[in-house]
Amino acid sequence: MQASPEKLLWMYETMVEIRNYEETMANVYLEGKLPPQIQKGLAFDIGSGPVPGEMHLAAGQEPVAVGVCAHLKKEDTVVGTHRPHHFAIAKGVPLDKMTAEMFGKVTGLGKGKGGHMHLFDPEHKFSCSGIIGASLPPACGAGLAAKKMGEDWVAVAFFGEGAANQGSFHESLNLAALWRLPVIFVCEDNNWAISVPKSNATSIEWVADRASAYGIPGIKVANNDALEVYEAVAPAIERARLGEGPSLIEVKTDRYLGHFQGDPEVYRPKDEVSNLRKNDPIPKLAALLKSRGLMTDAEEGVIVARAKERVAGAFAFARQSAYPAAQDALNDVFA
Amino acid sequence: MSTTRKLTMAQAISEAMAQEMTRDPNVFVMGEDIGAYGGIFGATGGLLDKFGPDRIMDTPISETAFIGTATGAAAAGLRPIVELMFVDFFGVCMDQIYNHLAKNTYMAGGNLKLPVVLTTAIGGGYNDAAQHSQCLYATFAHMPGLKVVVPSNAYDAKGLMIQAIRDDNPVMFMYHKGIMGLPWMAYFEGSSNEVPEAGYTIPFGQAKVVREGQDATIVTISQMVQKALLAADELAREGINAEVIDLRTLVPLDRAAVLKSVAKTGRLLIADEDYLGFGLTGEISATVAENLDTVVLKAPIKRLALPNVPIPYSRPLEQFVIPQVKGIVEAVQKLMQARMAEGVAA
Ligand SMILES: Cc1ncc(C[n+]2csc(CCOP(=O)(O)OP(=O)(O)O)c2C)c(N)n1
Repeated sequence: MQASPEKLLWMYETMVEIRNYEETMANVYLEGKLPPQIQKGLAFDIGSGPVPGEMHLAAGQEPVAVGVCAHLKKEDTVVGTHRPHHFAIAKGVPLDKMTAEMFGKVTGLGKGKGGHMHLFDPEHKFSCSGIIGASLPPACGAGLAAKKMGEDWVAVAFFGEGAANQGSFHESLNLAALWRLPVIFVCEDNNWAISVPKSNATSIEWVADRASAYGIPGIKVANNDALEVYEAVAPAIERARLGEGPSLIEVKTDRYLGHFQGDPEVYRPKDEVSNLRKNDPIPKLAALLKSRGLMTDAEEGVIVARAKERVAGAFAFARQSAYPAAQDALNDVFA
Repeated sequence: MSTTRKLTMAQAISEAMAQEMTRDPNVFVMGEDIGAYGGIFGATGGLLDKFGPDRIMDTPISETAFIGTATGAAAAGLRPIVELMFVDFFGVCMDQIYNHLAKNTYMAGGNLKLPVVLTTAIGGGYNDAAQHSQCLYATFAHMPGLKVVVPSNAYDAKGLMIQAIRDDNPVMFMYHKGIMGLPWMAYFEGSSNEVPEAGYTIPFGQAKVVREGQDATIVTISQMVQKALLAADELAREGINAEVIDLRTLVPLDRAAVLKSVAKTGRLLIADEDYLGFGLTGEISATVAENLDTVVLKAPIKRLALPNVPIPYSRPLEQFVIPQVKGIVEAVQKLMQARMAEGVAA
């Protein structure tokens, strides 16, 4: 399936937005976490600053999110991972509320109760979890619901290559295949599960090869390229919408930053990231748009500025919002 | 006398593992990111360099498989130490733990030994939200068949870890992130202390009186011990002398130490970072209630723990639900003013 000019431009702008979001967050996250503001003897304090706790960023992994979500409509479900921002942005989760959530503010998606790994937006049918392998079963559930309700909605489960060794992966693939659920299982293979490379954790090279064990299509995307992802995913989406069942797609992608911010990355070869960055998918798509006459230099400037403005606006909104009252901690355990 | 030096709790734990691995070739370690990374919370720091990848094994993210593997390897004669990064993640592999590791010895009529040490990080206070901040030690203590060790400082951690490795039963070894002495997380200074170089054991089921006092007893465990000590300092300035008891292990539980102290002070606060409902605070309260024929209370028992809500992310919310030093001070002050109902008091 050919991507329309609108889709290509949407993917480009969304990738720019995601990258700027992650880079902005990387900076904001450091506020208040470094000496001399923190406890004596520490090099870094994960629990300080306006955005405390763990922070997993997806800079470099934009093509997976936009290449898949470019096919989706509002009624389709996306279940993300502990590294969720790129998926959420590509699915259309409002940036203001998402950012406010990470600042722990009352205006956040979960009124500050969830935080960065636990973003819930029922309206845009997005959710995620800090538990590895947890995205696949609920995507099956969304698929089952669509099927029972007679809708052509699909559900996407994103997960890392590390998560593909979790029992929930195998159980969900079998169940979705057996019941022909409209689910697209997308393995985001950045080669690392924290410090463990794929070769030390997975007995075969391609997770997508496991599809045959469940009698479903397995699709491989070897390059970290939005257009390639878009085209490769198209038949899986179509199959799901037609009620023909699930597919498994694996995309090779690149993690530019640490597993979490503050990760010393002692396990990673020194020049790996600088080499990966030479294949940055964002300038690559810009070049393609220009070569097809779909974007001029001036238009590029406008697009980039617009994306950055949205990000800046979201961070400003989050900063200006109020914290919830302490006692609010006791509410919302039950609906 | 062997030499001592000041160690963080993380260093003490990895030193204990290293010494036991040197002593016993059947001991080995498995878990996620325990090799090159040295464990996300440093509990296996330096072990890969010393023992190599055959004995320090990074695992796939397959908790059911590798924790079940530990049970199987122990049944076959090895002594695995197996780490699961955060206690919260045990949800994905609970069956291997509570239906197998915890029960097989019993179902085999005692004819099966399962010397597995399951290590894991517990606790919040750094805004990691509902899936990465729980303590859950009471959940494991609730299920028969698991010993549950929850150290509050480096010295205890080393002795208890060596004891755990030598025990012929499954032992949960649960370390609070906020006392490991990591360079990237605030911690309580009191948790890093003098640790002998030579190996030593600390028997399970022996609580420690970490501060003596006669006005009120604070029973606690893990990081909360450090908070209770700071609270006791503050109370002492007002002339209230609190006795602080570090339970150190939940299974076995040193009920006698609790009763002895409460018999002396007549006032009891249980300070806990686990959930309030159906947990440690209830268990200790019940122990005292069942012994009111010998123990005389001057005030009703007080419990401080996480109200029964998932742990919220936002800082003001998290600080509100997790008991802090100030909350312990206030609870003891209230305890000093409280009275038993007429006709019940001594
Ligand atoms: C059940 C469970 N086990 C372990 C972890 C700890 N953990 C967090 S992220 C991670 C690595 C995940 O790797 P992968 O699935 O490849 O995703 P990536 O981080 O590369 O995006 C691990 C082991 C967890 N969150 N949940």
